[in-house]
Amino acid sequence: MIKINNLSVSLGSFNLYDIDLEIEENSFFVLMGPTGAGKTVLLEAIAGLTPVRSGSIFIGNRDVTKLPPEKHGVSIMYQDNSLFPHLNVMENISYGLKYHKTDKNKSNKRIDGLIEQLGLSSLLNRLPLNLSGGELQRVSLARALAVEPKIVLLDEPLSALDPNFRYELRQMLKDLHKSTGVTFLMVTHDFGEAISLAEKAAIMNGGRIVQTGTIDEIFQKPCCNFAADFVGMRNIFPAEFHGTKAKTGKLQIDMGRTIDDTSGHIAIRPEDIVLSGEKLQSSMRNSFQGKVLSIIDLGFFYEIDIDVNDILFRSLISKGSLYELKIKENSELFISFKASAIHNF
Amino acid sequence: MKGIIKKRGLFFFLFMSSGILILAFIVLPLIQLMSAPSFEMMKETIKDKDVLKAIWLSIYTALTASLIAFIFGTPLAYLLARSDFRGKRLVESIIDLPIVIPHPVVGIAILGVVGKNHWFGQLINDLGIRLMGNPAGIITVLTFVGLPFYINAAKEGFENISPRLENVSRSLGASMSGTFFRVTFPLARRSMLTGVLMCTARAISEFGAVVVIAYHPMIAPVLLYERYESYGLKYSQPISVWLVCICLTLFLALRVVTLNRKNEA
Repeated sequence: MIKINNLSVSLGSFNLYDIDLEIEENSFFVLMGPTGAGKTVLLEAIAGLTPVRSGSIFIGNRDVTKLPPEKHGVSIMYQDNSLFPHLNVMENISYGLKYHKTDKNKSNKRIDGLIEQLGLSSLLNRLPLNLSGGELQRVSLARALAVEPKIVLLDEPLSALDPNFRYELRQMLKDLHKSTGVTFLMVTHDFGEAISLAEKAAIMNGGRIVQTGTIDEIFQKPCCNFAADFVGMRNIFPAEFHGTKAKTGKLQIDMGRTIDDTSGHIAIRPEDIVLSGEKLQSSMRNSFQGKVLSIIDLGFFYEIDIDVNDILFRSLISKGSLYELKIKENSELFISFKASAIHNF
Repeated sequence: MKGIIKKRGLFFFLFMSSGILILAFIVLPLIQLMSAPSFEMMKETIKDKDVLKAIWLSIYTALTASLIAFIFGTPLAYLLARSDFRGKRLVESIIDLPIVIPHPVVGIAILGVVGKNHWFGQLINDLGIRLMGNPAGIITVLTFVGLPFYINAAKEGFENISPRLENVSRSLGASMSGTFFRVTFPLARRSMLTGVLMCTARAISEFGAVVVIAYHPMIAPVLLYERYESYGLKYSQPISVWLVCICLTLFLALRVVTLNRKNEA
């Protein structure tokens, strides 16, 4: 368990203020926030790489606030992978072993397992210079896990990768989290990553934590405008997949593609939901009738909350459309969205 | 750049001719020098015990100075690369001072401290260390003039290493010194080597500062000057050629080292 109390850090340009955070053992926790929010600084503070001005950090039951980084039992993995360029893959992975007094057979077995699981066996003698982005991140992950840390800190490990690798590595992260039982704390910008990997999350802004909770809580009830903006995608529903159809509540939604998983989540951005008085004659595969619950003035836009068969959809429309469609509370209307606007994870 | 100067206009020719002028300016005197002494004279000169001694003294004092710069300069270079503090600019300017101070002034300044009229000079004299007219004095002066070259090169090398690599090493369990020797040092090795070579090259060519502290024993440039003063141009040329050969070898080694680095990146 990580327990952070009242943590403040001042680094001149980056500061953290009164950070309180509790992360349960063996959980997958996600940290979100815009660039410059202090996410990396918080990770480095947990790893002992940044001096702390006040407050305390407990890992397990140990106060590590004043301990040097090598005594934290925390591995850090950066976005840029930070592999040692002068060491080959195997040397990188086993770099930290000599500092950890563990049974040699056991640690060898563990490393072999990691190499196998991350598909690195053919790369062991290569230098980082000759690896692709996805390979670099996998080696970096293996290196971080090789020393049996209590916690792995992941600083946007997927954001530098192209989408194919990203999905693959995301899956690996999920599997490794399960098989190693290590606590994962990951920084991400991508809500898809957050919801598919983590149970709980915190949102940071301006060096503070503005919201903590389960992923669902944060996505469904953002604490403030900032969190809502950051989360962006507000129509998120648990779903069961059958062929090209997704079933959420009583609704059958046409995904226009086959989904391999049997269950997961679907999400639609509010601006992708089109409202109309009559059922639209268009290429949009999904069209449902619903009732307006509320109209929220957001300045340039209005958020319309619509109940469709007990499921709450949120749509964003302009002021002009609001008048044109004569939308009022409790009025009936149609919502439509394209299959391609549906994200699944 | 290639695109801009492709057109062969007046601009191109003006710049080209000034470039050729510069190259000729550097190369012509050197060619003249290298071709002046006969092979026989060269052989004879290198048999001359005084010459041999002077060249050897030059080499070993310069190398010792570089070694001292390496041992004592590396920690400072690392600190400057890794930390930010008030007065860092001042420290950096102090390190650069030996480059801008006229060389004889360096000799005079050091003499002021190690001479008998200064408490420090008294102290080392009491300890039995003699700098005046001694290889130790030459090494002192050469270290003084060579230090900035080493420190700046090493500092640049350290700056080019991402602190994140060191962070990762620490979090994997390595101590500060473990990290320095397993990550930082191997990665900065080339820059440090370049720095050592530059420092040596600078030290080997020093004349003005050395001559103030130690006319005797003679390093190569001092001997060269003496031969020129006493016997004229003809007798000083062969020694010059030998000295140039040594400097060129150093310079070549430097180029090879930096070229290799380019290939690696």
